[in-house]
Amino acid sequence: MVDPAVIEEPAKAESRPSRPARRIAYRHRVPTRLWHWLNAITVFVMLMSGLMIFNAHPHLYWGQYGANFDHPWLSFHGRPVPGWATIPSTYNLAAARRWHLGFAWLLVLPLVLFLITSLINRHAQRDLKPTRDEVRLAHIWHDIREHARLRFPTGDAALRYNILQKVSYLTVIFVLLPLMVLTGLAMSPSMDAAWPWLLDIFGGRQSARSIHFICAMALLAFIVVHLLMVVLAGPINEIGSMITGRFRVPPERTGE
Amino acid sequence: MISRRRFVAAGSGLLLAGCDRLNRSPEFRATLRSAERLTMKVQRLVSPRDALAREYSEADLSPVFRSNGTAMPGTDEYARHLKEGFANWRLTVDGLVARPLSISLETLRTIPHRVQITRHDCVEGWSAIGKWHGLELARILDAAGLSTRARYIVFHCADRFGDKPYYESIDLIDAFHPQTILAWGMNGHLLTVPHGAPLRLRVERQLGYKQAKYVQRIEAVDSIARIHGGKGGYWEDNVDYEWYAGI
Repeated sequence: MVDPAVIEEPAKAESRPSRPARRIAYRHRVPTRLWHWLNAITVFVMLMSGLMIFNAHPHLYWGQYGANFDHPWLSFHGRPVPGWATIPSTYNLAAARRWHLGFAWLLVLPLVLFLITSLINRHAQRDLKPTRDEVRLAHIWHDIREHARLRFPTGDAALRYNILQKVSYLTVIFVLLPLMVLTGLAMSPSMDAAWPWLLDIFGGRQSARSIHFICAMALLAFIVVHLLMVVLAGPINEIGSMITGRFRVPPERTGE
Repeated sequence: MISRRRFVAAGSGLLLAGCDRLNRSPEFRATLRSAERLTMKVQRLVSPRDALAREYSEADLSPVFRSNGTAMPGTDEYARHLKEGFANWRLTVDGLVARPLSISLETLRTIPHRVQITRHDCVEGWSAIGKWHGLELARILDAAGLSTRARYIVFHCADRFGDKPYYESIDLIDAFHPQTILAWGMNGHLLTVPHGAPLRLRVERQLGYKQAKYVQRIEAVDSIARIHGGKGGYWEDNVDYEWYAGI
């Protein structure tokens, strides 16, 4: 993600001499940006069409089987998810499945591509893997406190992911998204025949369906926090950097 | 603040209206539909042709196996069969076969059969495990002498959904799969009416709506385009469910 090439722009002549130079850094490479915006569409379609499918039988079970006469661990009456949160907006299981199973390909193929390339070009190891120093409890606690006080990293530190970002992104990319795909496949009767281990690792089709739902809710929580952070950290600079790749580095805090 | 909230509300409204509009667009639906073929091709590519659906033990049986769809075919003809204990129910096999057949239920039940405890997965999301007793579809197709032109097997059912007859179809890969059976028994008893008495299809690598109940006639065809709505099944024709229900 972080490119060493940092473009220094000299302060304009008319600006006050105390104002530091504007630093623009190239922060996101093209594949990251493309994948980000493709996912921004795909993940929403998957979530909303998935919630429509959930409306068809809003009861979740653990184990191999589970239907109306069995004991759900989560259960709702009627069609619990409102129309504004589903695709399509009125009840239609067939259409929701078409959306879900079609966009699934747009989620899966780029995900696999990203997982492989980010490991080969060492983006994951270089930019996402926490350093030994970062996983110290004192460091993590410090970062949590800084975030809670809305004091975000500045200067060179803003060009690296902090430990909270690293853990979130690693969880989403290497845990939640692969789990979504695998539990999705485990719900397919045809894939269960081809790859019976799918049923074994999740403890049955209904368990896989429950984990699918839990991971979807975790992704939703990630998106909410992610969007909140973008707004708090300066939406124009943050969104702009994900479009152009160029990030205006917040100047170091001084005299505090 | 209010204007921002209004902006977000308007934005999400637009997004949803956009999705609904896309959903109504024939071109977009056709694009989405092409994913069904891709999914089928890739699933078939990674599946051995005879990969077996998991067979469970007696201990795994659902305590109550709910039924779905038709619970009682409302026709006079079916009522008569039910009254007669299906003594005069016959299975017809025709279409692209060398020897069209008409087999009594009694004969069908004397043919050596399979017993399999498998999971039934509804398109809605629930699953139930049941034990099925029935004969392999392949035996019947072999007995009838399937033509080399045949590509699909169509199952015509005795029940009607609204004013339309229920039917389903599968291709030859599933038709000759060792677990694809015409079941006449369930959980150690003869089939009950809600579960498709006297004869139903079990095609274990696909979803519930493919498991046609009340099967009366099996037709071998080279194309499903000329059967009813042309999409290969009641739900496919009327609601746009996928013909390939492997996922």
